[in-house]
Amino acid sequence: MSVFPDKVLYPPNNPIGDLVRTLVPAPFSDVLNGGLAIFSLLALASLTPVVLIWLERKVAAHFQARLGPMRVGWHGTLQPVADGIKLMFKEILKPEGADTFLFFLAPILPATASFLVLTVLPFDHHLQVTDLNAGVLFVIAASGLSIFGVLLAGWSSNNKYSLLGGIRAGAQMISFEISLALLMLLIVLLSGTASLRGIVLAQQGTILDWWIFKFPLFGLVAFILFLISSTAELNRGPFDIVEAESELTGGFTTEYSGISFAMFFFAEFVNMFVAAALATTLFLGGFLAPQMGWGMLDRLLDAVPGFVWFFAKTYGVIFIYMWFRWTFPRLRVDQLMVFEWKVLLPMHLFLLAVAGFFITMEWIPL
Amino acid sequence: MNTTSSRQNSMTPGSPQKQTPASSLPSGSYFKRIVSGFISLLRGMGLTVTYLTDPRTVVTQQYPENRATLLMTPRFRACLTMVRDETGAHCCTACGLCEKACPNGTISVLTMKDLSGRKMLGKYVYRLLQCTFCNLCVETCPFGAIVMGQNYELAAYDRDALVLTLHSEEDEPHA
Repeated sequence: MSVFPDKVLYPPNNPIGDLVRTLVPAPFSDVLNGGLAIFSLLALASLTPVVLIWLERKVAAHFQARLGPMRVGWHGTLQPVADGIKLMFKEILKPEGADTFLFFLAPILPATASFLVLTVLPFDHHLQVTDLNAGVLFVIAASGLSIFGVLLAGWSSNNKYSLLGGIRAGAQMISFEISLALLMLLIVLLSGTASLRGIVLAQQGTILDWWIFKFPLFGLVAFILFLISSTAELNRGPFDIVEAESELTGGFTTEYSGISFAMFFFAEFVNMFVAAALATTLFLGGFLAPQMGWGMLDRLLDAVPGFVWFFAKTYGVIFIYMWFRWTFPRLRVDQLMVFEWKVLLPMHLFLLAVAGFFITMEWIPL
Repeated sequence: MNTTSSRQNSMTPGSPQKQTPASSLPSGSYFKRIVSGFISLLRGMGLTVTYLTDPRTVVTQQYPENRATLLMTPRFRACLTMVRDETGAHCCTACGLCEKACPNGTISVLTMKDLSGRKMLGKYVYRLLQCTFCNLCVETCPFGAIVMGQNYELAAYDRDALVLTLHSEEDEPHA
């Protein structure tokens, strides 16, 4: 079944890949293109935390009527570099009796998980490493790895604070993973495809054709619920019970120092980018321009490359995450669990049922 | 959760045992609570976004750079100083109440006699090293002769430089 019969078909090839294909013979061009793709994703994964750490500190400071870093570089722009150098030169400590292999493996897993999700994200119609048919399934499966890293870190540290933090993190992330999966399923149901590129292309048209508005009212509710669930999944405030620096001595990262701690720290920020990018892809039309339905303006907006829109929307969602974190007080563990199992989960199931009803009644134009 | 509900029951012994499990939430029906909670969250977000967007709300002072225009709050307490009028005269009677009020032995009021034989202030020694800026001496003084000043740049290379003489009759020009 062709889902988008009379819509614009975006070409999946990009000029750089085509150029490589014309210059280099067949088997090597694919290897070279794959290498370029991995390199650009690595660059993105390592630059995103640098930007986000600075942004988080500045935004947090201004939310609290402070200024934040001002000394290193213009308005503290070089602060992440200073932080990074500090973390690199710190001694890496391993507690006595810790499981060496798992202790050093654990920090790598969350970073790997977020990197894997980056490979299926459509940054633009021609900027996607691979377009899996079951892209949403892959996202859910890959982001499960980060829970594994957190649990291993808590267990292998041989420290009761780490273990408690790890168990809390595991419980929280597994619970909210269910919510996120249900919301992704909702979008899959509405779009009729599980490929992330397909989901974006199903939102073509004006701004009202994005899933946040196209599924009347419920789309907006679903978007807000997605923001809440992904905030909990990211272990960010107000759901940062895992870290809870005032209560838990740093949770599962208690025993980590130097570059192993930096890996957790970096993964946290890449994860935030990935979650915001998923919210953009599923609800805000991904790389599509926010068209209003006015001829001139639409052509102007369309002239801007898709990845600019993608990053603009993603950073908008990231700003909302930061807004949440620096406004709301932290929840208690039992409140968090009650919230997930008694409020969010029934709401998501209800939304799913409503979506199914809308589709059988053919109230949503495909 | 159980502790919370039992505490609430004990506070209202006459109320019927119809507590919802999530009793730490405000009263009202399930959906009413969700809506009112959501509205209060939005109100909080509105408050913080005014802090973010309005640069006048920033309270941070960039100290070494803005030394000339630094804003000090009136309640800020630093080095103890003596109140003097335009002729440089103080109104201390050397009663020694401040010395007694000080919990750390920071102040020493050394007295002397004037020509008519009345007790007067000879030397007022203030040991900054021991001072915790608790303001008790200022509050005790019946004459308002001393006040907590606003000069906070008090670092010195020598301990002796931190034993200050706020008044000495020997140094006075008219003595």
